Amino acid sequence: MDPTTTDAAPSVQTGVPRRVTKPRRQRRIAPYAFVTPGVLLYVAFLLIPIVYAIYLSFRGLRVAGGAALGRREEVFVGFDNYAKALTDGDFLAGFLRLAVYGLIAVPITLGLALTFALLLDSGVARLARFSRTAIFIPYAVPGVIATLLWGFLYLPATSPISDVSEALGFGVIPFLNGSTLFVSVANIAIWSGVGFNMIIIYTSLRSIPKELYESARIDGANELQIALRIKVPLVVPALVLTGLFALIGTLQLYGEPTTLRPMTSEITHTWVPLMAIYRDAFLRDDLSLAAAASVVLAVGTLLVSIVLLRFTQKRAFGE
Amino acid sequence: MATLTRPAVSRAGRAGDSRAVGASGKLLPTIVLLIGAVYCLLPVAWVLAAASKSRSELFSTFTFAPGSGLLDNLRELFAYGDGQFLMWAYNSLIFAGLGAFLSMLVSTACGYGLAKFTFPGRSLIFYAILGGVLLPGITLAIPQYLLMSELGLAGTYWSVLLPSIISPFGIYLSRVYAAGAVPSETLEAARIDGASEWRIFRSVALPMMVPGMVTVFMLQFVGIWNNFLLPFIMLSDQRKYPLTVGLYTLLANGSGQPALYSLAIVGALLSIIPLVALILFLQRFWRMDLISGGLKG
Repeated sequence: MDPTTTDAAPSVQTGVPRRVTKPRRQRRIAPYAFVTPGVLLYVAFLLIPIVYAIYLSFRGLRVAGGAALGRREEVFVGFDNYAKALTDGDFLAGFLRLAVYGLIAVPITLGLALTFALLLDSGVARLARFSRTAIFIPYAVPGVIATLLWGFLYLPATSPISDVSEALGFGVIPFLNGSTLFVSVANIAIWSGVGFNMIIIYTSLRSIPKELYESARIDGANELQIALRIKVPLVVPALVLTGLFALIGTLQLYGEPTTLRPMTSEITHTWVPLMAIYRDAFLRDDLSLAAAASVVLAVGTLLVSIVLLRFTQKRAFGE
Repeated sequence: MATLTRPAVSRAGRAGDSRAVGASGKLLPTIVLLIGAVYCLLPVAWVLAAASKSRSELFSTFTFAPGSGLLDNLRELFAYGDGQFLMWAYNSLIFAGLGAFLSMLVSTACGYGLAKFTFPGRSLIFYAILGGVLLPGITLAIPQYLLMSELGLAGTYWSVLLPSIISPFGIYLSRVYAAGAVPSETLEAARIDGASEWRIFRSVALPMMVPGMVTVFMLQFVGIWNNFLLPFIMLSDQRKYPLTVGLYTLLANGSGQPALYSLAIVGALLSIIPLVALILFLQRFWRMDLISGGLKG
């Protein structure tokens, strides 16, 4: 990831100086021409919003002037908004729910993706092409639509799963109540994410030189040992990457619980942090608080990502 | 010498291997993968069956039994709100198609510039892009909305399209791909032949970067097509909604008018068909190894 490792060619010094001048000047300017559109968009839609959000997060409405006049003015309020966001029970409870959801969704998604990828790579399964394509299909289904489909599979009136469990005498499964709700929301993320992650890990497995397995087989290793001792350690970079994206995705959870809201009363307006931020901004018109909460969420995500990268890089590349 | 003996060893190893993996050794992996396939196809099978059911059948007949209301549902869906569904589909196509195309161009040029030139500021730009990869873009949706309002663009197509064009991950992937796929010697040879930098990019580098471009396009297309919060915040006119937000409003209003449930279900079916087809078609062209190898360097 070090930019200095790329092989930008050394400039050519040969040729008649007079003829070289123009191309060389062009070559000094050219890279800026190539990166400018990207950099401008980056500044306009990432950098400026970040700076603006940080600016807003330090502003707030205060009653200014004498009590008789009592005009509300936007002023600098220091860390008031952050204090408010970090002591807001709804906002913090959202993080707690996110943690429960993430602890279910992330390990199961990656575990299943790795298992499927190893089975595909083993080359012994029949109908592997069909299974691979079928497992990848949910990637094409938007989260909101995935939620809509699973929502109907959860609703007692339309759920075939509850039909089966009723027929067996276990009664209706309360998919959208109590602690089962977390599993139900996590299941949507698992369903959507397994295929994409499986393909990433599978492609990574395919790039391992086959000779490594041959020598292990000669040494008497069985397929399971090869998978666990050779394949898994070699795809750690792919696992780190998929884990990182799964984690960032977890913190951005919004569309799924929002879509499920009409189907269950247990999902409140502030079920996850982004829903609380949306409420602050659009239902309460408190943009400063929403900005502070956005900054907290963004910084939190960055910190978690950096910790994950540090931790796994030490484990994976430290030896 | 070792390479000479390897083929023989490998053949022996493979033969021993297939003997060891008998019928039972194949059965378990096959079954596990098929269970995964069934799990992933279950909701798709459900929506296929449910879309064909009339309103009364939806809540009364066996879930996977086909119904008799498919044509009625389709007719009602297309008639809903003066053909709003088609507008949503059209909007999704514009946002995702145009957004992904522009994003691909911007990312390719930027990635090429970062990979193939040394210039002051390159490291700064590169690390800024990497930081952007780790930042959850969605937390920026509200500040983006406020800025769009300031500019008077909130509620317009631009408000959804413009933020979708910038993709730090797309730029990052393009840079990785350009570094690997475009040999600097070829660029030098073209320079010695007197080609301009723009011409070198267009006629030499761009053709070499096509697989990487397809990958960036697909990732962005799916990402924008699936996006919910950004259009949900930016747009207020129902006729400008993409499919995700449109179907959400159908479902949200459905708790009051159960008739809308049937429409939401048919709409869901219709909106996943093109994307599934696109992905199945482009699956062989895109380079997923780009992503899995992306974090190695």
